[in-house]
Amino acid sequence: MITSLEMQETYSRRWERVWISIAAVLLALLLGAVVILWAGRDPLLAYGALWAASFGSWRGFGEALVSITPLIFTGLSVAFCNRTGLFNIGAEGQFIIGQMGAAVAGYMFTGLPALIHVPLALAAGALAGALWAGVPGLLKAKLGAHEVINTIMMNYIALYFTHYLVIGPLKGHSYLPVTKQVLESARLWRFLPPTRANIGFFVALAMAGVVYYILWRTTLGYECRAVGLNAEAAQYAGINVQRNLVVSMMIGGALAGMGGAVQVLGVQHRFYDLFGFTGYGFDGIAVALLGNNHPLGVIAGASLFGILARGSQNMQSVAQVPQEVIGIVQAAVIIFIAADYIIRKWIYWRRPQGAGRLRAKGES
Amino acid sequence: MNILDLFSAALLSSALRMAAPLIFASLGGVFSERSGIVNIALEGIMLVGAFAGMLVSYYTQNPWLGVLAAMAAGAVVSLVLAVMSITLRSDQVVTGVAINILALGVTGFLLRRTFGHAGQSPSVVKLADWSIPILKDLPVLGPILGKHTPPVYLAFLAAAAAHIILYKTPLGLRIRSAGEHPRAADTMGVNVFKIRYLCVLISGVLGGLGGATLSLGLLSSFVENMTSGRGYIALAAMIFGKWTPLGALGACLFFGYADALQMLAQTLGIAIIPREFILMLPYVLTMLVLAGIVGRAVPPAAEGKPYER
Repeated sequence: MITSLEMQETYSRRWERVWISIAAVLLALLLGAVVILWAGRDPLLAYGALWAASFGSWRGFGEALVSITPLIFTGLSVAFCNRTGLFNIGAEGQFIIGQMGAAVAGYMFTGLPALIHVPLALAAGALAGALWAGVPGLLKAKLGAHEVINTIMMNYIALYFTHYLVIGPLKGHSYLPVTKQVLESARLWRFLPPTRANIGFFVALAMAGVVYYILWRTTLGYECRAVGLNAEAAQYAGINVQRNLVVSMMIGGALAGMGGAVQVLGVQHRFYDLFGFTGYGFDGIAVALLGNNHPLGVIAGASLFGILARGSQNMQSVAQVPQEVIGIVQAAVIIFIAADYIIRKWIYWRRPQGAGRLRAKGES
Repeated sequence: MNILDLFSAALLSSALRMAAPLIFASLGGVFSERSGIVNIALEGIMLVGAFAGMLVSYYTQNPWLGVLAAMAAGAVVSLVLAVMSITLRSDQVVTGVAINILALGVTGFLLRRTFGHAGQSPSVVKLADWSIPILKDLPVLGPILGKHTPPVYLAFLAAAAAHIILYKTPLGLRIRSAGEHPRAADTMGVNVFKIRYLCVLISGVLGGLGGATLSLGLLSSFVENMTSGRGYIALAAMIFGKWTPLGALGACLFFGYADALQMLAQTLGIAIIPREFILMLPYVLTMLVLAGIVGRAVPPAAEGKPYER
């Protein structure tokens, strides 16, 4: 399990998780290279193009930051919930609702200075996401309904609900299914023109700090983690488990919702009708897993996935490698980490005491 | 729109067509989850099945071979889930999510590699409609039930078979015991690992069949991400049907009806209720059932937990 590791997370164990993540990424890239070879293309050329898309120019770098930012938010959302024993598959829906909340707050309030309007619109997105996540949180706390299914259901409801809004009551264009543009005063400053890189990236980094602070420096975070590790023991110790479940879900939802807000206020400037999921929420699961549910790990994981996503199209145009290869690589990363059993064996190939510890963990 | 239109033969017949792929996948979900393995991967299994079915029908011009290929492909994908979750004891939900991403990538990649372009495959030979002699001549039911693609009928047979297997055979008892109390089952001599492998493979075969129903029954081609969440709806139907084959069948029929209704509303351009709210219905209902507001659904007790001897 993802969470059960934490209690005895000693220094060496934490490094073990890091090595597992790195090994998983390398194995996945290797697998991707095999697939590219099979398609009759040059893997080195392909990966070179992938790298160049983000690091070949300032322009590429700025756009890479644009790809990375939403993944930090959704990754933090999933990671926070994981630390508290909840599986948030609903970051996708919370992200979508956050987009809508921020878009509405972005054009509805007029005459505000940016210093007030920007935080207000960000908060609107976060609040929308928090409320959206609060529903499955409440259902879990009060009725024991499993959050995995409910958050999946909420994703679809978010998709259809925003679709309804944007072609109906909130339609802000004569024929396109979009809302009105958010006002200048609500937009996030773009610091690397002409790219769309905006200060939302730094908001994401700040949120990683906030998550770290909440989880490891506050009573709330302590209680949430305790519930995640063993709800019954936490209850026995006098922690209000039900309240903590709801609060955890809502914090997770707020993070994903703020990600949606940053996407609208910094990049899109309005809500566009979605014809399918954005994918940021689902990638957030992978990012959190890759980052071992730690804020720093999430930033690293989001960077990797953002660079992969950004580079996939360049890979296709330069090396004629189908961009879907990147999807395969991303899935392989998750599979290898989920099956850390194999990688652990691989790492401890020559070290029997490692294998012994492995067995001890399996029996717990 | 007349209220009678809600029960028109065309609408009900379309509901059956839309329900068929869900029924297969949902039954697959029942098998897997009753044995204790959460199967979020149904979405990916269906997608791969739809692709394999199309591909084999494209090369052989024989849609039935396509159906077999879809079942086999579904089994292969489910084997990944089985090895990961049963043998390697990985987190079942995480693995399922990964398999779904993988399926999307692999089918997209193969589509492009085979036909040189993304989006949609060329048209292939689809399954010919069956028209059932006595059924089609019945007065009211004839136009609804009389003529369909084979999977529609097979779906009902599969549901009946699943019910019998789960509740009337020793195997069914073993399956249910593996999902409720694996340790007790093990003590009684049931090989929990074997049972779980079997059930996950069955769910793969059924999920693949559901996919083939999409690409060779409903349509006659593969479209990128053509399942578009049907695997999750099937999962929802399984919960709505309280993890039983016949309950899942009923839920799929209802969800199929909702789907047919929203399509009709779209083509006719009428909106008593906005179409998006009809689309939301299956998801909202599933949440209500899970919450115990519309009947209580209790999952198998050992679901999601890896079994260790």
